[in-house]
Amino acid sequence: MITALTVAVSAAALALAAWCGLAAARSVPTKDWHFAGMAVVTLLALAQLAVGAVRLAGGERPDGGMGIFLAYLLGAAVTVPAAGFLSLAERTRWGSATVAAGAVVLAVLEVRLYDIWGGGTGG
Amino acid sequence: MADPTGSPGTTPRAAGGGGAESGTVPRGTTTRPGAAPPAGRLPLSSGPGRLLVLLYGVFTVGAASRSIAQMIMKFGEAPLAYVLSAVAACVYAVILLSLVRGGEGARRVGLVCCGVELAGVLGVGTWTLVEPSAFPDATVWSDYGMGYLFLPLVLPVVALFWLRRARSS
Repeated sequence: MITALTVAVSAAALALAAWCGLAAARSVPTKDWHFAGMAVVTLLALAQLAVGAVRLAGGERPDGGMGIFLAYLLGAAVTVPAAGFLSLAERTRWGSATVAAGAVVLAVLEVRLYDIWGGGTGG
Repeated sequence: MADPTGSPGTTPRAAGGGGAESGTVPRGTTTRPGAAPPAGRLPLSSGPGRLLVLLYGVFTVGAASRSIAQMIMKFGEAPLAYVLSAVAACVYAVILLSLVRGGEGARRVGLVCCGVELAGVLGVGTWTLVEPSAFPDATVWSDYGMGYLFLPLVLPVVALFWLRRARSS
């Protein structure tokens, strides 16, 4: 995997988590700008998915196993959109808290992806 | 803040006697998973429950995909660990469905499953510490869920509190 991209996805996800966490602390639901932030993080996660797919298609194999790697890759791409969807119908602070939690999950998934690939070899 | 908790106004009262109310309540607007459950049904997935839905969703998908992949590819290596992971996935799935569905019955099912989950994480966590040789590979519940930021231990406790509180509100 490209280490810089993995770091970028994780950092963006943590920033989104802090932003939405702040909104939850202030009892504010997610707003348009939060959804723009989710879109940015999701695009980064999709870029990660594309990079992973290209690497696999190129014949490279993750150290930790193909199935697990793919599961984490797909999970990372859908986590933040799923959290955003849940927050759409929850117009309270808990919608913001849900997105914050989803973003933290994404950051954790990225760290795991890095480990499963084998410490970013070739990045 | 448009929380329609227990608003009887949505039930058509003048609809011929009211004997078969549950069958006549319109359900057309409740297809979205985030939408409120049908009138009169205790909502479990709004407010803090929304956060639980996300986390239980993540754990259901995670535990299920992990155990299915491992059972298909290398069941012989650590059958006990993989079967326990599959059991955990089923428990998570039932809790997730209970939260999404809502209602008193679902709340009770959720309470029982959260109890099973808590007993599982405590039991399996202790088991992995006492007899590590029985587990060549990790489960979701190994070492009290340490590999998952102890969330498997925290989640059932939080969910139990939420399900207990949901009855009074």
